[in-house]
Amino acid sequence: MQIYLPIAEVSVNMFVILGLGGMVGMLSGIFGVGGGFLMTPILIMIGIPPAVAVATEANQIVASSFSGVLAHFKRKTVDIKMGLILMLGGLAGATLGVQIFKYLKSIGQVELLVTLSYVIFLGLVGGMMFVESLNAIRRAGKPGARPRKKKHNWIHGLPFKTRFRTSGLYISVIPPIVVGVAVGILAAIMGVGGGFIMVPAMIYMLGMPTKVVVGTSLFQIIFVTAYTTLSHATQNFTVDAILALLLILGGVIGAQIGTRIGVKLKAEQLRILLAGMVLIMCGKLALDLLLMPSELFSIGTGGH
Amino acid sequence: MAQGGTDMLRILITAFALITTPLMAQETVVVDLSQNRVEITATYSGSNIFVFGAVKRESPLPEGAGPIDVAIVIEGPLETVTVRKKEKRLGIWVNTESVEVHEAPSFFTIATTRPLEDMLNEGDRRDYAIGLDFAVRPQGPTEENIESFAQAVARIRKDDGLYSERESIVNLTEDILFEADISLPANLVEGDYNVRVYLIRDKNIVSDTTVGITVRKAGLEVWLYDLSRNSPLIYGLLSLLVALVAGYSASEIFRRLKH
Repeated sequence: MQIYLPIAEVSVNMFVILGLGGMVGMLSGIFGVGGGFLMTPILIMIGIPPAVAVATEANQIVASSFSGVLAHFKRKTVDIKMGLILMLGGLAGATLGVQIFKYLKSIGQVELLVTLSYVIFLGLVGGMMFVESLNAIRRAGKPGARPRKKKHNWIHGLPFKTRFRTSGLYISVIPPIVVGVAVGILAAIMGVGGGFIMVPAMIYMLGMPTKVVVGTSLFQIIFVTAYTTLSHATQNFTVDAILALLLILGGVIGAQIGTRIGVKLKAEQLRILLAGMVLIMCGKLALDLLLMPSELFSIGTGGH
Repeated sequence: MAQGGTDMLRILITAFALITTPLMAQETVVVDLSQNRVEITATYSGSNIFVFGAVKRESPLPEGAGPIDVAIVIEGPLETVTVRKKEKRLGIWVNTESVEVHEAPSFFTIATTRPLEDMLNEGDRRDYAIGLDFAVRPQGPTEENIESFAQAVARIRKDDGLYSERESIVNLTEDILFEADISLPANLVEGDYNVRVYLIRDKNIVSDTTVGITVRKAGLEVWLYDLSRNSPLIYGLLSLLVALVAGYSASEIFRRLKH
């Protein structure tokens, strides 16, 4: 059944969007990531204008991360203090990101920026995860695998130290703010929650225990993506409510199914699958930049 | 502005044609549409416009007059678009040059009785924007490369189904009655559309007329669109509310299903 999207001004098949939302929701449920990094490029591929795809996807992530964080609150696996500090950085980053987005949209380079950011970050994160999980699988074969010992690095030398009780950390507030700003910028220009960058950063840079990482990441993602949605809606007029609703419906159902599949798979298998998926998406986008496009011209709206 | 000039030109050309071809009896084209209004509702998936009309003759046709042809152009509102061209820089393809192309119709389709080149001279095709090659009319000082940008607009929109040429879909009966069923795509934008109908004989335009179609968003579509433009903050907050309610209900429903 066709449905006309009022802001995107294109007609799409309702079931295709619901299905996409469901599939990406399922993957995000299995892997514990928002899925924005998959959904935004897919939306652009099926003909949604990039600006609308980015803004609308932010709105969808609000729904999926809110749905997810409720479960984490019940299990008390959210470090609220850390989440709030990350959020402060995130809001600053998102403000900057929306401005960058607006500027690049006006000079016609937004597509390049979005694609480049995707290629770089998907490549980095995918590559790191892939290597890491390969090593983990290899280590699992040998007896006496050593547990990673807590590192004491330069991060512990920074000022403004504070105690994060839930995470059991005593560190400076500077690294979380920096991480927050970086992820906020990405969230605004890539239309993602940034979980796929936030989670590794929390584990490897901040040294947070894995069990509170996902909940805390989701917690702050809600605020940052809500803020991004509002900024895009008021400054770029690019949030499509109908598209968002369809994605949300498909997504929340998919995520719940995915969570149940996720618990049945082994952690290393999960990670290597996710890494593979991230790398495939990265490769596809990289080819778009490297190969000569079949149409060299593109039409942007203008004249205002 | 430019419209008045074109109209005047059109009248002059028609008058000139009438004076120089005394053999030809005066013929005028009368046309009507199945509908003057297209409403884009949430479930809009394209529509059909049935164009029908007749040739009115003041006097009987003289001997030796060639057969008549009909061309019907449906054209969306003219807009200015920014066209960008990609070039390879530092190994990757990026947008470099950009040109503003004026007078690019958002939609353009042409339906004819025969292949266009066989039934109308090129001068008229260009002057009256009849045919895909002339759908986009770049204005102002014609820079050397603007032509390629204008052609790109036509090419891209043709691929998107917004521009099309439909040969031989106008049915002509007894050189008097004609009709055509013209489909409009699902990705239509709002605005005032023109249906231009041309009566053609011996490769020249004999008569023409224009009727309008109004394309408007309707129902929920127009409500959401207006809200997003007039009260963007409320629109944004509503979008968030929907997201939060959906997220909460999903986790509640599935929690209860588990028990």
